Amino acid sequence: MLHRWDGARFLPDRTLGIQAKEFNLGIIRPVNRVSHGLRVNVRDALNQAMDEELERDERVFLLGEEVAQYDGAYKVSRGLWKKYGDKRIIDTPITEMGFAGIAVGAAFAGLRPICEFMTWNFSMQAIDQVINSAAKTYYMSAGAQPVPIVFRGPNGSSAGVAAQHSQCFAAWYGHCPGLKVVSPWNSEDARGLLKAAIRDDNPVVFLENELMYGVPFDLSEEVMQKDFVVPIGKAKVERQGTHITLVSHSRCVGFCLDAATVLAKEGVECEVVNLRTIRPLDVDTIEASVMKTGHLVTVEGGWPQYGVGAEICARVMEGPAFNYLDAPAVRVTGVDIPMPYAKILEDHSVPQIKDIIFSVKKVLNIVFLIVTSSDYFIAINCSVTEIKLPFYQS
Amino acid sequence: MQKMLTIISNVLRGSARRNGAQVVSEGASLVVASRSYADFTPEATFDIKKVDLHRLEEGPPLTSTLTREEGLKYYRTMQTIRRMELKADQLYKQKIIRGFCHLYDGQEACAVGIEGGITLSDHLITAYRAHGYTLTRGGTVREIMAELTGRRGGIAKGKGGSMHMYTKNFYGGNGIVGAQVPLGAGVALACKYLGNDQLCVSLYGDGAANQGQIFETYNMSSLWKLPIIFICENNQYAMGTSVERSAASTEYYKRGDYIPGIRVDGMDVLCVREATKFAAAHCRSGKGPILMELQTYRYHGHSMSDPGVSYRTREEIQEVRSKSDPISMLKDRMLSNNMASIEELKEIDIAVRKEIEDAAQFATTDPEPPLDDLCSHIFANDQPFEVRGATPWTKLTSTS
Repeated sequence: MLHRWDGARFLPDRTLGIQAKEFNLGIIRPVNRVSHGLRVNVRDALNQAMDEELERDERVFLLGEEVAQYDGAYKVSRGLWKKYGDKRIIDTPITEMGFAGIAVGAAFAGLRPICEFMTWNFSMQAIDQVINSAAKTYYMSAGAQPVPIVFRGPNGSSAGVAAQHSQCFAAWYGHCPGLKVVSPWNSEDARGLLKAAIRDDNPVVFLENELMYGVPFDLSEEVMQKDFVVPIGKAKVERQGTHITLVSHSRCVGFCLDAATVLAKEGVECEVVNLRTIRPLDVDTIEASVMKTGHLVTVEGGWPQYGVGAEICARVMEGPAFNYLDAPAVRVTGVDIPMPYAKILEDHSVPQIKDIIFSVKKVLNIVFLIVTSSDYFIAINCSVTEIKLPFYQS
Repeated sequence: MQKMLTIISNVLRGSARRNGAQVVSEGASLVVASRSYADFTPEATFDIKKVDLHRLEEGPPLTSTLTREEGLKYYRTMQTIRRMELKADQLYKQKIIRGFCHLYDGQEACAVGIEGGITLSDHLITAYRAHGYTLTRGGTVREIMAELTGRRGGIAKGKGGSMHMYTKNFYGGNGIVGAQVPLGAGVALACKYLGNDQLCVSLYGDGAANQGQIFETYNMSSLWKLPIIFICENNQYAMGTSVERSAASTEYYKRGDYIPGIRVDGMDVLCVREATKFAAAHCRSGKGPILMELQTYRYHGHSMSDPGVSYRTREEIQEVRSKSDPISMLKDRMLSNNMASIEELKEIDIAVRKEIEDAAQFATTDPEPPLDDLCSHIFANDQPFEVRGATPWTKLTSTS
């Protein structure tokens, strides 16, 4: 029997997620059933967006490893080669620096390439072409040479792929002027942002998430229109709230919403902001939310140092929203280590829903309890500033 | 009189293969009194050095026909590049030009010869030793020099500097060694994609020739039969490292392996032109890439911060200057074949000098770019947006 701070009692299997048993708590989010809508997963949303843009503009083409005959390493480009052929869907050898440079050169000469990196980890091979050849050229040429290119691929941690294949590059690319960096969460984001990116005359870094590819979402008829675009540089408030603002991007948005559902049952209403774009950062939306709630927690999968959350906190400090903060803004991030392989270690290397809930309660100064593996619990008052959490058993 | 002139011009033409300078000066003193433009030889055919071939049965022709017009044009362009670079040297020493400045004097025949073998609707990309190419690709001396001095009249409005100059179908000016080569292949891909029968010339130096991304580019260009001419401007030194010290194989024209290659005398503008024509025909026929190594030489050091004599001797530089100078070579050819007079060439020299002086005057007096330009040109075709300045209170606006 577990005792909650307000005296309520729960059976262990009904603690509404405060158990550390799994990360995807299986909470049934209210399903957004829209009439005349479609259930589309992120992969298909990306696929359809590319298909429609390839059809719309002859100059658009896709190149990357396995994008053509293999249908895409993660099947994102399934069916495109069959439809458009060798000229527009190009399989490259495993030479990132070379083909990224070729893609940028093609953009110089008037085409609109989509350059796929099998994962963003491999972009490090080609990062010079992304930054020095793509991002900076319009500026260096004083507007003579635009570079209408999209670099896309899965970013951040996956499942069991270990350190070299799990890095998040949002902060790396988000650092550089001349780039637009977007990080969609759901199918609507994926579809609208990819269309916007392809139609943009500038280099766009498009950070997908492999674990989100298979996740379905309802898309309204409006979203399914061929000209539907999500504007780059505008965040979306996914959930209205009054007590605290959670700002996140990509897969962590889902975790924030899950955490918000749990917290709602305890009377804490979280406002969840889905950044959608890393650069340019929609500071206005973040500030408006913080000025409403007075509290801020940022959530990201990447490492803490010099990361997306760090930037958000700095901006909030430098702007009008600071005066509305009732507590310091705090970041929930990936653990500051290279990603380990073993499942138990990997699970503890990424932000979990319990971490978000914990941080929210700390920031809001709420007493809460923690369940240990042996079902004993500890009641903790948030005025204690330092606690060492026992490790959970997965 | 006519007969005498004919005899003399026959003698002079015959001595084109030897150093005609002495013969020319003798002949010139005879004919100068009665020179008129109608007496000039309208065109002449010259023997040029045979090129070395790699994976090719035939190479470019062994002779090149030069018209008087072409000759004067090449002479003027090469002289303009030469004078412009020397002026840049001067301005750099006066600290009016700052940062990097990589000079092209000595290599003029490459830029001019290449342009002679392609058209302005073809594409070209090179590395940072780019002032000469900016000129041959349509830039003016004024714009180039004003860019070097960082003024608003510069070809990149002062935003790029020495290494980042662009014109139509000329993609710079690239600072990262080797990065321009895959970019050039991308341009070539676009040419093939759009089916416009254009090609891209992608240049790199002997130093860059060892870059991995260049081999990646060889692979993809060959695989996809892209219309690209790879040109290695081998000036013997990568900064301070000679070719023997940096490359296991210094036969750069063979380094493309499965890509056919030719090695060309890069100091002779006619050699370069014929080789480029040959290479262009190869590309346009759909055979895919071809590689040209131009053996050339730079008189200056790697950049203005390199005196250029710590890794090579002054004697070596002097020897190249006296025996293989591209401008002298063309001048000798033209004079010894009665294609131009010394006065005419001197007039061109004077005109070029004046053009450079005017440009330098402009480049030193034109105002610097306005501070409003600080944040402009970050994104193309975008709404103006706020850019963070050095402090949170400094809010700047970016326009496209």
